[in-house]
Amino acid sequence: MIELRRLTKHYGNIVAVAGLDLEIKKGEIFALLGPNGAGKTTTIRMLTMLTRPTGGMALINGYDVTRDLDKVKKEIGVVPQHMNLDQELTARENLELHGRLHKIPAPERRKRTEELLNYVELQDRAGELVSRFSGGMKRRLMIARALMHSPQILFLDEPTVGLDPQTRRKIWDLIRRMNGEGMTVLLTTHYIEEAEVLCHRVGIMDKGKLIAIGTPGELKQKVGEVVVESFGGRDTGYKFFAGREDALAYARHLEGDVLIRESNLEDVFIELTGHKVGD
Amino acid sequence: MDFYTVLWREMVVLRRTFYKFFASRLVSPLLYLVAFGWGLGRGLKMNGGNYLEFVVPGIIALSAMNTSFNAVGITLNMSRLYHKTLEEYLIAPISAGAFVLGEVLAGTVRGLLASLIILALAFLFGARLAVNGWFLLVVVLTCFLFAALGVVAAMTINSHEDMANFSTFVILPMSFLCGTFFSPDRLPGAVAYIIEALPLTHASYALRALARGGELLPLSLAVLAAYAVVLFLAGVAVVRKVR
Repeated sequence: MIELRRLTKHYGNIVAVAGLDLEIKKGEIFALLGPNGAGKTTTIRMLTMLTRPTGGMALINGYDVTRDLDKVKKEIGVVPQHMNLDQELTARENLELHGRLHKIPAPERRKRTEELLNYVELQDRAGELVSRFSGGMKRRLMIARALMHSPQILFLDEPTVGLDPQTRRKIWDLIRRMNGEGMTVLLTTHYIEEAEVLCHRVGIMDKGKLIAIGTPGELKQKVGEVVVESFGGRDTGYKFFAGREDALAYARHLEGDVLIRESNLEDVFIELTGHKVGD
Repeated sequence: MDFYTVLWREMVVLRRTFYKFFASRLVSPLLYLVAFGWGLGRGLKMNGGNYLEFVVPGIIALSAMNTSFNAVGITLNMSRLYHKTLEEYLIAPISAGAFVLGEVLAGTVRGLLASLIILALAFLFGARLAVNGWFLLVVVLTCFLFAALGVVAAMTINSHEDMANFSTFVILPMSFLCGTFFSPDRLPGAVAYIIEALPLTHASYALRALARGGELLPLSLAVLAAYAVVLFLAGVAVVRKVR
């Protein structure tokens, strides 16, 4: 369980995170969706104690991230956005180091290392230096590393950024599998599809604020489940409708090319913020 | 025992890259010995002894400084700014003190190894030095304090470029002026005064006195110990502040 109350971060005059209120339940996969600079990474950094909040508070399984540091560290696993494996160590040594840092006794540490290497399918490359790994292998090893001390909550900051579509799906499967085994997952992403197919609930962030929250279905309902895009005029027109009939009726009166389709989270985002996720 | 985990990681890497480390640590002392001990210094008398025996303790002091400072400073700075591997330690339940101690001891091991390499080289060049436990203790203290300075620099300097500048403006002048190649009493008054306050000067003094006949300089030893304690505590403070 993760609880954020008015969680705030200022960098001088710049407000990175502007008073987030949020509750993430045990066993959920929750995505913070938003463009670069929306404050997603800053939020994760505060929850993982790498950045100190300017105001408000955050509790992880009841422990305060500004006060009960060592207790919070036991509860959470962290997979940062940037590749920060130790390139001078092998895959196995990276896990071993993490296990030692988290004071896992030697026999258990060795057992867990081999288990996790199997879990992320790196057992054949375990003795190789990480610097020779591909992006997908590194990402999998980072997830294994975060799981070493058996945390209950996993933070993943942009877990599939820079990966090819197949590798991305492999990471999604891994996240679903962990979640199936009881892991609570909070991830950030600016990929609409990732939030849509992977997550139970999505919080849309823009300019440091949470502007909408709900299941992907709820969010789409909010703006209308069917969208009519028209290409007749100078700009692409968007109009949302609750049902197909209304959409068709509207489309009949339009000139030029028209596209009727189901709405997606991108539409929700554009409707709520007035700009695209990538802008 | 958390510091041991940090040290363990460094020793795994040192073992794996030992030959590279060993070869790279041979080069600059060898050049110093050839240029100053053998080329320039042959037949030169210094304080009544031969110059080679005068200069070797100085070269040991400056190599101890350079190796320990760079081993910790450059790698930790890279780890913090570029590789971001420092975060792995920050999200682990280990204290700043344990982290700094592990890093500093790792730097000390490398510095001590570099110093032993020079002792062996100097022996081959014909220098006769008296090496005892005190001598090694002074080397260890020197390594320790400059490794701790490496932590302070790495955690406070925010670019690789400025890290190189720090080496150029602080470490390099010390290498040449702190009693390593000549006695600082030849320098103009004010400069000599500053030089006397620097740790490397006392490392050179202490090592030279011990190498010549086993004389222990309590003042120099105290200065080195004081620097070691202060810089270690400063290192812990800057690591704590990074959160």
